Amino acid sequence: MKEGDLSVHLKTAVVGAAAALALVLSGCGKKDEAIKIGHAGPLTGPVAHLGKDNENGVRLALDEANAANIMLGGKKATFAMQSEDDQADPKQGPIVAQKLVDAKVAGVIGHLNSGTTIPASKIYHDAGIAQISPSATNVTYTHQGFKTAFRVMANDAQQGKVLGDYAVHKLGAKNIAIIDDRSAYGQGLADEFEKAAKAAGGQIVTREFTGTDKTDFNAILTSIKGKNPDLIFYGGMDSQSGPMMKQIKNLGIGAKFLTGDGGQTAEFLKLAGDAAEGAYASSPGVPLDKMPGGKAFAEKYKAKFNIEIQLYAPYAYDAANVLLEAMKKADSTDPAKYLPILAGISYQGVTGNVAFDENGDIKGGSISLYQAKGGKWEYLDTVGG
Amino acid sequence: MDIFLQQILNGLVLGSVYALVALGYTMVYGILGLINFAHGEVVMVGALVSLSVVELLLGTNLGLPALLLGVVALVVAIGVCMALGFSIERIAYRPLRRAPRLAPLITAIGVSILLQTLAMLIWGRRYHTVPALIPPTPHAVAGATITNVQILIIVVSALIMAGLMGLVHFTRLGRAMRATAENPVVAGLMGVNINRIISATFVIGSALAAVAGVLVSSNYGVAHYYMGFVLGLKAFTAAVLGGIGNLPGAMVGGLLLGLIESLGAGYIGDLTGGFLGSHYQDVFAFLVLIMVLVFRPTGLLGERLSERA
Repeated sequence: MKEGDLSVHLKTAVVGAAAALALVLSGCGKKDEAIKIGHAGPLTGPVAHLGKDNENGVRLALDEANAANIMLGGKKATFAMQSEDDQADPKQGPIVAQKLVDAKVAGVIGHLNSGTTIPASKIYHDAGIAQISPSATNVTYTHQGFKTAFRVMANDAQQGKVLGDYAVHKLGAKNIAIIDDRSAYGQGLADEFEKAAKAAGGQIVTREFTGTDKTDFNAILTSIKGKNPDLIFYGGMDSQSGPMMKQIKNLGIGAKFLTGDGGQTAEFLKLAGDAAEGAYASSPGVPLDKMPGGKAFAEKYKAKFNIEIQLYAPYAYDAANVLLEAMKKADSTDPAKYLPILAGISYQGVTGNVAFDENGDIKGGSISLYQAKGGKWEYLDTVGG
Repeated sequence: MDIFLQQILNGLVLGSVYALVALGYTMVYGILGLINFAHGEVVMVGALVSLSVVELLLGTNLGLPALLLGVVALVVAIGVCMALGFSIERIAYRPLRRAPRLAPLITAIGVSILLQTLAMLIWGRRYHTVPALIPPTPHAVAGATITNVQILIIVVSALIMAGLMGLVHFTRLGRAMRATAENPVVAGLMGVNINRIISATFVIGSALAAVAGVLVSSNYGVAHYYMGFVLGLKAFTAAVLGGIGNLPGAMVGGLLLGLIESLGAGYIGDLTGGFLGSHYQDVFAFLVLIMVLVFRPTGLLGERLSERA
């Protein structure tokens, strides 16, 4: 091959490449870039079923927004979800938060657990991006002075207070044993419960601890049995409270069982089986069939994903929708523009009216109580609100 | 007193399972000097396979008696786990037998993560409810209660351990295993087919893991893709506590760890006046492990090398 040939070839190649690049670039420019909405939650690990449930809620909201031809800044807006797995691990929380910030998401729905939500909230705050958690209920999250942190569910202080009161006044408990799973959620809820139960005149006979990866509670339950309480309160998730309920019955403990929203699930009933009978649990907000848009949402969810709602999907759906609503009203996906609108928003979602107080907590969050009867959660009462 | 007895029973049930799984760790270590970190996942696979078989058979509405259902599920689970154990050794460990010791350790961890992820894809992320084939009626024993499944766990574990001891000490295969443990090269020269013996060790260990998986999942009524990890870690600890590579050591270590955990969780709070709570359960168990290893680095029964299998 002669030298001249080579240079000609090289030139063609360069011109060709440049042309191709130009094509790609112009292609990008013409296409409306999708606006990224972040979702973060545990997609692997023991509570992955709940993380996936939240992700589905967000997906449903975004798909509907895309079908509705929303115009932002004079252009049709397309939304795409970037979903990250925080493994419900407080160490992973900030890592995936940084990943979402680096991907330049316009806003974040998540995380699911309080333990991941709290460390992640600092990252979103520093980046100035709105974060709406569908299900983190630990008080600290919205009390760090971050103007970017919101939640659409009543917090643990509200829930624990209602539960402690309910245990003593309505369930007539005098001697109470408390167990928590040492997570930010479980411990926070148990602390608030303990305060409220004491204030209502109940006596705490013992406080025991377990972990989010445990299935054997016989040792602590036996120790509790020796103290003869008339009510056992558990702060934690269904993956522990289900098997725990079984072991309570097997050990012949007759005490009433009360737990928070982490246990008020279909999964708890399945895992505990017959032993679930008579257990009490609470849930922030009102039951799905008592939500203004609950029935319609359940049908939409079932039609799209062909599975039942696990727990927080309606809240994730509302969180995504309230974020989109703020963007629509601001006519911008720039957090600096939509954040003030989000803070003052009043939006009618499927779970009820969504409006935030000065901390970013939902206004008028109510708590509902349920009892397991015949393999179902039977609605008892709604308190607060 | 009945509370104390109950804690002892809790500990025995927990410990029997640890011992059963620890045997798998210790057998492999005894022969290869390798820690098979994927062993815990084999337990998980055993539990989930048996669950799927039970669900399948219940779904066909053949009206099979519960006991037969359980036995079929157990047999299938054992079969699958044996095949799995055999494959793990062939794929992940045999090609690395002459590699530096760190290499098979890393493949072991790799296999563990792989199996966990595969199980997550096959069985999903949720906690599965294991149908109660054996009625969970609690029996009263001197003020304490014990369920049918818990009795089964203690009895089956004891029988299996006795059977394994018999196998190692009184059969040709057992003699070959002991010879391989002592010195693989010399055993090979003496006409022992080392590869077959090593495969047999993995297959037997995996069968025990399958039994443990079925027992654990029916005791707690729960099975999920993550269950093997913590159980494997505890069983490994039990094996080290008893003296890794030593069969009776695994049993003693397992039972001891179960009892320490149970009594620890039950009494730490009361003994320290609420200063330390039951969340120190694991701390307590591992403290005992450290103390034992400081004073007896080979574990409780770790010196009787001739007993290795």
